[in-house]
Amino acid sequence: MSESAAMRVEVVSPERVLFSGQATQVITRTLGGGEVAFLAGHAPFLAAVVPNHTRVYLVDGQVLDIAVHGGFVEVSNGKVSILTDDAELGSEIDKNHAAAEVARLEEQLRHEHDAKGAAELGKAHARLAAAGGVSGTNAAAH
Amino acid sequence: MAGGQERILRGRIRSVQATKKITRAMELIAASRIVKAQQRVQAAVPYSEQITEVVRDLAAAGGSTDSPLLATRENIQTVCYVPISADRGLCGGYNAGVLRATEGEIKADVEAGREYIIVPVGRKSESYFRFRGYKLDQAFNGFSDQPTYSNAKEIGEHVVSLYASGAVDKVVLVYTRFISAGSQEVVLRPLVPLERDVISGGDGKPGQDGLSADYEFEPSPTAILETLIPRYIEARVYAALLNAAASEHAFRQRAMKSATDNAEELIKSLSRIMNRARQDAITTEIMEIVGGAEALSGGTKEIRLIDLGTFADSDR
Repeated sequence: MSESAAMRVEVVSPERVLFSGQATQVITRTLGGGEVAFLAGHAPFLAAVVPNHTRVYLVDGQVLDIAVHGGFVEVSNGKVSILTDDAELGSEIDKNHAAAEVARLEEQLRHEHDAKGAAELGKAHARLAAAGGVSGTNAAAH
Repeated sequence: MAGGQERILRGRIRSVQATKKITRAMELIAASRIVKAQQRVQAAVPYSEQITEVVRDLAAAGGSTDSPLLATRENIQTVCYVPISADRGLCGGYNAGVLRATEGEIKADVEAGREYIIVPVGRKSESYFRFRGYKLDQAFNGFSDQPTYSNAKEIGEHVVSLYASGAVDKVVLVYTRFISAGSQEVVLRPLVPLERDVISGGDGKPGQDGLSADYEFEPSPTAILETLIPRYIEARVYAALLNAAASEHAFRQRAMKSATDNAEELIKSLSRIMNRARQDAITTEIMEIVGGAEALSGGTKEIRLIDLGTFADSDR
């Protein structure tokens, strides 16, 4: 399968369709499985997705950044669908605001560590990364 | 006496006109919101279609289906109803339809010896059932015209926990399905446990390309199903909320349209009565004047005519 082969990709949340179209590669992060990249012709696959910075490589070479806040990814019939509870396009996120949010949650978690705060931090990292902020975030998000 | 009646009628017409302005405004607002609500219903379709597909594929591809949310309980003792109504009134038969359907089902359950509990969504259903002394669980309201996914999530989580704890054996959604701007219908849909025919029927065959007959799962099919099914339920609640919101606007638009029409009709007939009353008053006055003038003039034809002319020139 050649690198440039296109496949159908859909990123949908209950409230809207974030992306639907052709792409050459999709990178997301699954629960317990780390980052996974899908190319055209990937074997059927179904996984739970943790909050992460998902990248969709479009046919024209552009990369679409999406902050995906948990959900599922399914690959079947040569189509990649990401179903998410909530997601935001990187272009819609204010980078400074996202960075401030990460800093605030990190500070808060230093004082008391709870599952809810940690989950919030994961989301905040995903948003920051998708907005084009400091990377290495997906590693931290986990 | 006659002038007083005219003044009263004038006041009534003014108040009907003011009401008409309000109903007209509500009609226009509802009409514009129908379009938006309809778009939101449409926007939610891809997600719910896909998640249905995933659930089916997973179930068919050997995801073990021993999840409690899939198991139908043999002995149904308590049924949980989730009637979705509006927060506000003035929307014709919209609330009444949902509430009546729910009440009917509850009566049937009580006769069959089953217990029930209501999780009302929307202020109207809460106050209706509370006033009549039905057994209520937690109520959800404040979002009937513009529900969000997080509202659906709260409701979904609540009913799933009710079901999982064993407090209820079945959850039924009662809402108004939006078919088109002209037609909506009240429907009862079982929500939990999921019916077999909802999840079966998936091809479970990942591809026509025949590369492989099985999915790769991460982590495990059971673990995925465990998180997937609550989401699926939330998606269904969300779809129901959106349908209900669109129906609410459609009902309100219709109700307000007929209210505006009625107001117009009322104004028309009131002005007719008012005009007649005024005419009567004028006639009576003229008669009195004529009578008075005749009495004064002692009855010569000439003077009477001259006097009448003078009165016709003045404003009355």
